[in-house]
Amino acid sequence: MSENLNVPTMAEMLAQGKQPEVLFWVGCAGSFDDRAKKITKAFVRILNRANVSFAVLGTEESCTGDPAKRAGNEFLFQMQAMMNIEVLNAYEAKKIVTACPHCFNTLKNEYPELGGHYEVVHHTEFLKSLLDSGRLTIEGGQFKGKRITFHDPCYLGRANNVYEAPRDLIQKLDVELLEMKRSKANGLCCGAGGAQMFKDAEPGNKEINVERTEDALETKPDIIAAGCPFCNTMLTDGVKNKEREGDVKVMDIAELIANAQDL
Amino acid sequence: MGYLSNVLFAIILIIGFGYFYLNVKKIIRNINLGVAVNRKDNAKARWKNMAMIALGQSKMVKRPVAGILHIIVYVGFVIINIELLEIIIDGLFGTHRIFSPLGVVYDILIGSFEILAFLVLFAVTVFLIRRNVVKLKRFIHSDLKGWPKSDANYILYFEIILMTLFLLMNATDLHLQNVPGGFSHFIKAGSFPISEFIAPVFNGMPNEAVMLLNESFWWLHIVGILVFMNYLYFSKHLHILLAFPNTYFANLNPQGQFDNLASVTAEVKLMMDPNADPFAAAPVSENEVPVKFGASDVQDLNWVQLLNAYTCTECGRCTSSCPANQTGKKLSPRKIMMDTRDRMEEVGKNIDSNKGVFVPDNKSLLNDYITPEELWACTSCNACVEECPVNISPLSIIMDMRRYLVMEQSAAPMPLNAMMTNIENNGAPWQYSQQDRLNWKND
Repeated sequence: MSENLNVPTMAEMLAQGKQPEVLFWVGCAGSFDDRAKKITKAFVRILNRANVSFAVLGTEESCTGDPAKRAGNEFLFQMQAMMNIEVLNAYEAKKIVTACPHCFNTLKNEYPELGGHYEVVHHTEFLKSLLDSGRLTIEGGQFKGKRITFHDPCYLGRANNVYEAPRDLIQKLDVELLEMKRSKANGLCCGAGGAQMFKDAEPGNKEINVERTEDALETKPDIIAAGCPFCNTMLTDGVKNKEREGDVKVMDIAELIANAQDL
Repeated sequence: MGYLSNVLFAIILIIGFGYFYLNVKKIIRNINLGVAVNRKDNAKARWKNMAMIALGQSKMVKRPVAGILHIIVYVGFVIINIELLEIIIDGLFGTHRIFSPLGVVYDILIGSFEILAFLVLFAVTVFLIRRNVVKLKRFIHSDLKGWPKSDANYILYFEIILMTLFLLMNATDLHLQNVPGGFSHFIKAGSFPISEFIAPVFNGMPNEAVMLLNESFWWLHIVGILVFMNYLYFSKHLHILLAFPNTYFANLNPQGQFDNLASVTAEVKLMMDPNADPFAAAPVSENEVPVKFGASDVQDLNWVQLLNAYTCTECGRCTSSCPANQTGKKLSPRKIMMDTRDRMEEVGKNIDSNKGVFVPDNKSLLNDYITPEELWACTSCNACVEECPVNISPLSIIMDMRRYLVMEQSAAPMPLNAMMTNIENNGAPWQYSQQDRLNWKND
C-alpha cells in the first residue's frame, strides 16, 4: 500500500534548477531495515507537513563508511567518504539532516578533513528548529500523559553533546519524561556501536541491550524513545527478551511526533 | 653536629632529586617512542582544560564521595608542599623554622597544614577501607591482581606515614616550645590545632629525648618525601604530575570524531585519481620504513597515547562504566592502559640494556598483552573517555589496534568481513542493491 509521500531526489531538483533547503541523508538502516524505514517515513511525513523543501540522494546515496571505520577498515571508510563527498559536492549540498546518529557523526566530524564541508544536523535538532521557528506545531495527541523515557544514542550524546533537542521534543507531547538512572553523558550504550551491530557479542554473562533495556524498564515507561535506528533495534530486542513487548513500545522521536499529529 | 648534618642533608637531597631526574628522562624517552601527533593547536582551550580538569578536579566530583575525598588529599598534597620549602631551607642552612618571623601568616600556614594533614589522614583511611574492607568492585577487579593492588595500598600507607610524621614533628616541637623558660632553639612559632592534642603524650619525657624524637621525625619526614617522590616512577601514582600535561595535550575534538589516517588518504586519493598512472612505481626513498596501518605495538601508537598510559592511575572508572565489561566481556579499558604502560616499560628496558637501540624481542602489545577478543568487544561508545578524570582515551588505542588487525592482518571477525564486503559491493552493510535505496518510498 503506497501512500502519498513527496520525496524528491537531488537529481530531480537539479533538473528543475532548484536547490533544496536541506538534504535528507536517509542512511542504510533508514533505506533498508524494515523497522527503520518506518522512522524514515514518519520523518518525511513531518517534513511534508511542515512544507520543508528537502531532497534525498536516492540511489546515489551510499554507506557513509561508519561501520567500516569503527571496525578498523580505514581504507573502505575513506573510499566511501570520498565517493559520497564527490556526489554531495557535485550537488553543492550545504545542509544535511539525518535520522541516524552514526551517519550524523561521520558526516559532521569526519568528512570535513576529506573535503566534505556541510552543516550537519540530527533529525531531532532539525525538528526542534522547525518547532522554534513556528513551522511545526507539536501536540500530545494519543501520547498525552504517557510515561516516556529517552535513551541517549552514544553518537548523538557523548559523541556530539546533543542531549536537549530530543528531550525538548518529547516534552512538547504533554507526556511525563522519565530519566533513566544512567542518562545523558552517563548513558549506557545499547550495544550496537563500533560495528557490534554486525557481529555476535564476545563471550560474557549478559547482552548489553538487555542491560540497557533493564535501565529503561526501571522507569516504568509506556514508551522507550530512541533517536537512532540501531538503538531502536537493540532496545526492541531487549524488550522482547524481557517479554514486555505487550505493554512497552520502542519508538523513534520522529514517529512519536508524526503519530501524535496523526500523520 | 656542626655542618655535618647540613652536608648530609644536601647529599640526600641531591641523591633524591638526581635519581628522580634520571627516571623522568626515561619517562620522556619512552613517551617519545610514540609517533608524532600535533597537539599544540588551540593553546587557550588546552590551558582551560588543564585548569578545569587537572587543577580544578572538575571530573573527579562526578562520583562525589571519591571526588571530595580526593580533593582533600590533592589540596593537602599541594599545600603541605609549601612546608617542604621551609624544611629544605632549614635543612640546608641549619636554620629552624626560617619562615616563623612571618608571625600571624606563619600561624595560619602551619595551622592550615595541620588541619589538612589531619583531613588527609581521614581521607586516606577511607580510601583504604574502600579498597580493602568495602571492596568496591573496581578495586577488586581482576585487572589489579598482584602488584597493582599492593601498589595502591603502599601509596596510601605512605601517605599515612608522611602525614603522621609531620604531625609528630610539630607535636614534639610544640612540646619543646612550651618548656618553661624555653629550650634550646625551639622558639615560640606557629599554631598547632591538631598536634596540640598529641603534644601531651611527651609530658614527663626528658627534653633531650623529645628533641631527639623531633629531629628523627623531621629527618624521616623529609627522607620519606624523597623516597615517595622516587617511588612514583615505579607506581601508578605518576598522575600527580602527569595529569597536568595529559589534560593539556588531550583530544579537543568531539569524542565521536575519530582521526582519518593520513597514510590511507594518500593511497585512496591515488586510487580515485583518473589521471594516476597505474603502472608507476611507488616513489622510493632510502631508509624509509614502510607505513604500517594501525598499531600492533607501542611504537605505532602516538606519544599522547603513551603519555596517557603513564598518567593512568588505575582508578577503574572507565572499566566500571564500560558496557562490555559490565556484561562480563574480557575488555577492560583500564587494562588497555595498564598493558600499554607495561609494554612501553618493557621496550624501554630493552633499549636501556641494548645501548640505546631496541632489539626485537618477538613480543608485541597485540596478542602478548592485549588480545583481539578484548578489542572486538568495544562498542566505541566513549563511556570510558567520558569517565576518565584526566581525559585519557583507551578508545583511541583500541581503534588503532583494530585497524592493524583489519588492514594489516585481515583478521576481522567473519561477520564483520561480510559487512565490509557488502559495503564495498553495494554501498550498504547488508546485501541490498544500491538501486533499491529509494524503494521505501513506495513500500
